[in-house]
Amino acid sequence: MIGLQILVDGFAISALYALGAMGFTLIFGVSGVLNLTHGALMVMAAVAAWAASALFGLGSYAGAAIGILCGLAGALVTYFAVVAPIERSKAIPREEKEIFVLTGTLLWGIMIQELVAYFFTDNPKTVLPLIEGVVEIAGVRTPKNELFTALICWVVIGLLWLFVNRARAGKVLLAASMNPRGVTLLGHDMAKIYVAVWAIYGLLAGIAGVLLGMFLGVSSYSVGPLTASAFSIVVLGGLGSVTGSLIAAYVVGYLETATAYLISPAYRVIPALLLLVAVMYLRPQGLLGRR
Amino acid sequence: MPMERSVSSRALALLAVAGLLGPTQARAADPIKIGVIAEAQSVVGASIPQAVQLAADEINAKGGIDGRQIQVVTYDDKSSASDAVRAFQRAVSEDKVNFVIASYISEVVLALMPWAARLKTPMITPGAASNEISVAVHKDYARNKYTFHGYLTSHALAQAVCDSAKEVLVEKLKAKTAAIMSEDAAWTRPLDAAYQECLPKSGLKVVEHVRFSPDTGDFTPIYNKIEAAKPDLIVTGIAHVGVQPTVQWQNQQVPIAMTGISGQATSSTFWANTNGGTQGVLFDSVALPGVALTEKTIPFADAFTKRFGGAPSYAGYMAYDAVYYTAEAIKRAGSTEADKLVEALEKTDYVGTVGHLKFYGKDDPFTHSIQYGPGLMTSVLGQWQNGKQVAIWPAATANGAMILPPAVKPAVQ
Repeated sequence: MIGLQILVDGFAISALYALGAMGFTLIFGVSGVLNLTHGALMVMAAVAAWAASALFGLGSYAGAAIGILCGLAGALVTYFAVVAPIERSKAIPREEKEIFVLTGTLLWGIMIQELVAYFFTDNPKTVLPLIEGVVEIAGVRTPKNELFTALICWVVIGLLWLFVNRARAGKVLLAASMNPRGVTLLGHDMAKIYVAVWAIYGLLAGIAGVLLGMFLGVSSYSVGPLTASAFSIVVLGGLGSVTGSLIAAYVVGYLETATAYLISPAYRVIPALLLLVAVMYLRPQGLLGRR
Repeated sequence: MPMERSVSSRALALLAVAGLLGPTQARAADPIKIGVIAEAQSVVGASIPQAVQLAADEINAKGGIDGRQIQVVTYDDKSSASDAVRAFQRAVSEDKVNFVIASYISEVVLALMPWAARLKTPMITPGAASNEISVAVHKDYARNKYTFHGYLTSHALAQAVCDSAKEVLVEKLKAKTAAIMSEDAAWTRPLDAAYQECLPKSGLKVVEHVRFSPDTGDFTPIYNKIEAAKPDLIVTGIAHVGVQPTVQWQNQQVPIAMTGISGQATSSTFWANTNGGTQGVLFDSVALPGVALTEKTIPFADAFTKRFGGAPSYAGYMAYDAVYYTAEAIKRAGSTEADKLVEALEKTDYVGTVGHLKFYGKDDPFTHSIQYGPGLMTSVLGQWQNGKQVAIWPAATANGAMILPPAVKPAVQ
């Protein structure tokens, strides 16, 4: 019984982790940027969806759409206002740009967090689920919304996989993540690829944020933990590896759920962090890392 | 500062010429300064400076305290202990406040206590609950007497939950067993200990006890664990979390009624934050909208809502009363000198917005915390029903009857 519960509950949360981490790893793979605004963008999307439906009464579908658009807009603003100027700047030495991008995105994330707290308080909000009610799966009472969350996550992940492996534009992205110089030599404009990758990332972060808001709820306090969880999943899976992130998300999700059930909900995140430390020692490039 | 002094002395000189004031009253016109340290972005914390300002403006409009106006200086501590300590130091050494009203987070208040002792500045917390605060005053009275626990202790809060559970849930719902579900924080350790002791006395056997980390996101494992123990009730001790466990309780259709302390559920915005997920949730609170605990409750809540656009949090009620009873204490003491003020505060006997307020004395185990009991300060059991907080206990102030939460089936009997 408990095994089944872990199986069912772990699945949805892991899918959500995977979706959240996927965009993060994609950006790193293609442009080498560690985007520490990640958690803030997810929270912003969720709070926008909540505000649209709970405060302005626009309904849950319109709310979700507004949330996702907010994630997209936020990602593009992050790229154009924070990341691109640092990368273009002549005043910052080349070898220090990574640190500047890290700091810049971190600060921008804190600004978003404070703005959300200022306008909407730091109380957690939950987005109205698109589907309500529960179903019994082999005796485990599961909210339909949880299944819906897992389903959407997998559909989006599937679409991303198809895009990267089948569509021409997607193949260029994949190539750019492997060898940016080569792609430039083939006549592709890296600037355009960056914008495309940030837009895809924004959509993914927006969807993940809204789903998280429906499933677990978010507050401005979630910003740090969300960034940290995406970061550790991505490091565990191997920076830049989309498949690695997917596997790592499931490892972390199930490890957390099993800990919560078998040991105590108070120690939920500890084994996953210990695993991360162990991986850092034994396989610093992560499970499927190339670099 | 010199600027202020020159203006006021000129004004006083004019008044003196007009023969309205004698020279001895000139010093008495220095303002009385209250330092308020609280987190402005949280719903509970934001009410604290607002309620203090409201009380100060009311007192000032009636001529102040013995002719001295009240000035409020606020500091946002973001609920961080280190920010709060810096704010406290600044309040005392630079802004020269006469006393401090601080925070609703026990960890923050416990960090401030040594500073209240070192800087000999009276401090009142309008919302922190941990027993450790008043126990520390009892244990080292000479040092810690400057701290006043202007709210119920966790011990008293648990007693309130047990009292209401006995009369409403045991007698009317025929509940027999309970599971305790608390966040892991300073205020819930004594709360859970008191629950363990008083729930059985109220006729509820404790069949499960879960403590979880305040940053828990997914409550599914917790509810499943609790459900497996088959309790009739979940008794909560939550304040750092609230929205998430409530919404997940509703979404997963956990078939067990929920009561206890849920700090966030006392806030008027809780319905919107949970998208109505709080339907049927029971919670103990110091006050509820539209419930006249004393003749002062409703006028305060109305004035607060009119001015700030939302109902006060529980800490707002306590902070508002704190300004009034301290103003009375200053009058009695005839001074704002710390030791005299402490002595006068100990004699507090004041009917405020939430009841008849007195502090426990030096020899009681919970020195300087608000006395709990009938005829003093008690608690109200509220329930969220269709967007409104309805008072269902005690009978004297109730304005509605309990309903069963959507997923809960009528009692097992």
